[in-house]
Amino acid sequence: MKSTAQDPAARWLTVRRGQHRRPWEWVAEKLIFCVALSAIIVVLLIFVFVGKESIPIMFGRTTSAAIQDIIRVEDFDTTSPARLRKYLDLSEQQYKDLDREAKLELMSLKAEAGKEAANDKDARVNTVAWRHLLLPYQWSGYDHPEYIWQPISMIHKYNIIPLLIGSLKATLVALLFAVPISLAAAIYVSQLASPRWREWLKPGIELLAGIPSVVLGFFALLVMATLFQNVFGYESRLNAFVAGIALGLAIIPVVFSIAEDALTSVPASYIQGALALGSTRWQAAWKIVLPAAIPGVFAAVVLGFGRGIGETMVVLMASGNASIMSASLFDSTRTITATIAAELAETVFGEHHYQMLFLLGTLLFAVTFVANMIADQVIHRLKKRMEGKA
Amino acid sequence: MTINIKGLSVMVALLGGLLTSHGGNITVKGSDTLVILAQKWAEVYMSKTPGTKIQVTGGGSGVGLAALQNRATDLANSSRKIKAGEVAECIKVFGKRPTEYKVALDGLSIYVNSESTLKELSLEQLQLVFTGKIKNWKDLGGSDAPITVYSRENSSGTYEFFKEHVLKGKDFAARAQTMPGTAAVLQAVAKDKNGIGYGGAAYGAGAKHLAIKKTESSPAVEPTEETVVNGTYPIWRYLYVYVNPALDRGELATYLSWIRSDVGQAVVKDIGYYPLQKVFRTESK
Repeated sequence: MKSTAQDPAARWLTVRRGQHRRPWEWVAEKLIFCVALSAIIVVLLIFVFVGKESIPIMFGRTTSAAIQDIIRVEDFDTTSPARLRKYLDLSEQQYKDLDREAKLELMSLKAEAGKEAANDKDARVNTVAWRHLLLPYQWSGYDHPEYIWQPISMIHKYNIIPLLIGSLKATLVALLFAVPISLAAAIYVSQLASPRWREWLKPGIELLAGIPSVVLGFFALLVMATLFQNVFGYESRLNAFVAGIALGLAIIPVVFSIAEDALTSVPASYIQGALALGSTRWQAAWKIVLPAAIPGVFAAVVLGFGRGIGETMVVLMASGNASIMSASLFDSTRTITATIAAELAETVFGEHHYQMLFLLGTLLFAVTFVANMIADQVIHRLKKRMEGKA
Repeated sequence: MTINIKGLSVMVALLGGLLTSHGGNITVKGSDTLVILAQKWAEVYMSKTPGTKIQVTGGGSGVGLAALQNRATDLANSSRKIKAGEVAECIKVFGKRPTEYKVALDGLSIYVNSESTLKELSLEQLQLVFTGKIKNWKDLGGSDAPITVYSRENSSGTYEFFKEHVLKGKDFAARAQTMPGTAAVLQAVAKDKNGIGYGGAAYGAGAKHLAIKKTESSPAVEPTEETVVNGTYPIWRYLYVYVNPALDRGELATYLSWIRSDVGQAVVKDIGYYPLQKVFRTESK
């Protein structure tokens, strides 16, 4: 074994710790390594799959215009096979397998689809171009330029801004509601509560995580919506506020649990030092322990954000799902996740609506990924500052 | 994408070949509107002809039609007409258009809260309300209160039908709240005294159904079996089953003709939809 120690492949296959060979340890170690590796590979594969479906839209290779250039059915014999194949979107094998009759049928279908929308001024607009996804546009039948998400329509309108705002609005309400509560709970449980209380409180709050989100959503839909409407007297029963509060209930155990761990792991000597200098328990918790645990607390909030923006069932049920551009928290709102969940089942596979939903999925992935990256950087810096290195 | 569909269809064709070549096994997939009816049909038919197994699953009209293209199902239920894009995919796979059968009728009701004093609306008023041009009940002769519009998810066949036939292709108001099912729309309208929504006529408890006028001057008609079947109630639609023409023989053809016979159509009535007009029915056996 000594002779092969330099070769990386051989090194991987040996157990380096301990004096004797322990074959079971070796097996267990490699097994765990494979499991960890497969987890990373699966995440990558998911991203590749989701990303792949949205590539045509991302790079503007697909068009959703209602009218495209039509080759007339009569021109079947005069058009070159290559052009016809491209026009009908067939693979070479399919083109060979289909008989003349079927191809003629496909051509007339294309012409038919074009005719339906011929009178609309926007019939030639490619609505999945990036500028229509992000900027307002005055569609026919509208009085002024607007951000519109109306995928099932003669002219498919795919503006993603209302959905993005919807997702952020609901998550913002959820964080505003959940973070103060769970931080307060975490400080109390980790610093101030007596051990007996702590034993009851911690699992109690973490039990909230065990409520399936569909049950939370149902509760929000039936009970909270009516209650809040009676209390606040706003107009639409289901809105970003109700959805956000329900979402907050789903986030609380996540934020609480991680923040509590971070607070508990602050060395006891800090607290003892503070108490010895004459501070009260509250002062020690607020002025010494919380600042020392800030990186962990920040991580908790970021994870809460990730959970909130990715949560589907609660917002699907309680947000009202109207894709409105508005700043008010008391208007109905439609989130990215709810849109994907509600619409994917009915799309024509491989068509622009299908690709669009995958683009939304990619966007969601990117948002959480970037948020996590930024958080990681911030935590790193905070930690350094805590340790007096920066 | 074509590669993906091709790969999928080859895989599914292999699987499907194993499943469907087996005699007396029929798989049905599609519209959630039709799923209860299809299950009831399957149940009655299976008890009548032992040896036949019929599996019914929902998922939505689009899911059913996609499965039809991939040969993952024998029959696709749909609460809307098949779209040009879907026909094209089918032709690419089987070389022919799928065969369409009308299997039942459904009337769409307009629901308002039971406290509302409103009794009837014209189709034109409905269009204005659902596209967001009319925003207050007082413009319809009601009290001075904002209208809350409840709609369905755009994946629903009901949504598309309503958009095409009542809104004449115009977009729903962005403010319209979308609910995950007809029952949810009904529930929301029952709780919201300013709410208005639409959905199958078979649903109904908890809210009031409005009578509908075809034009301003025509009489208002309530949705009942008689008015839906004879077409005087203006908002109704067919429910469809699509099938690959190559499979439409033997047991499958018998089943398809049975659901359109008088016996099959009696089941439609039990479930709460409306039976087909006589012209579309097959001879009873």
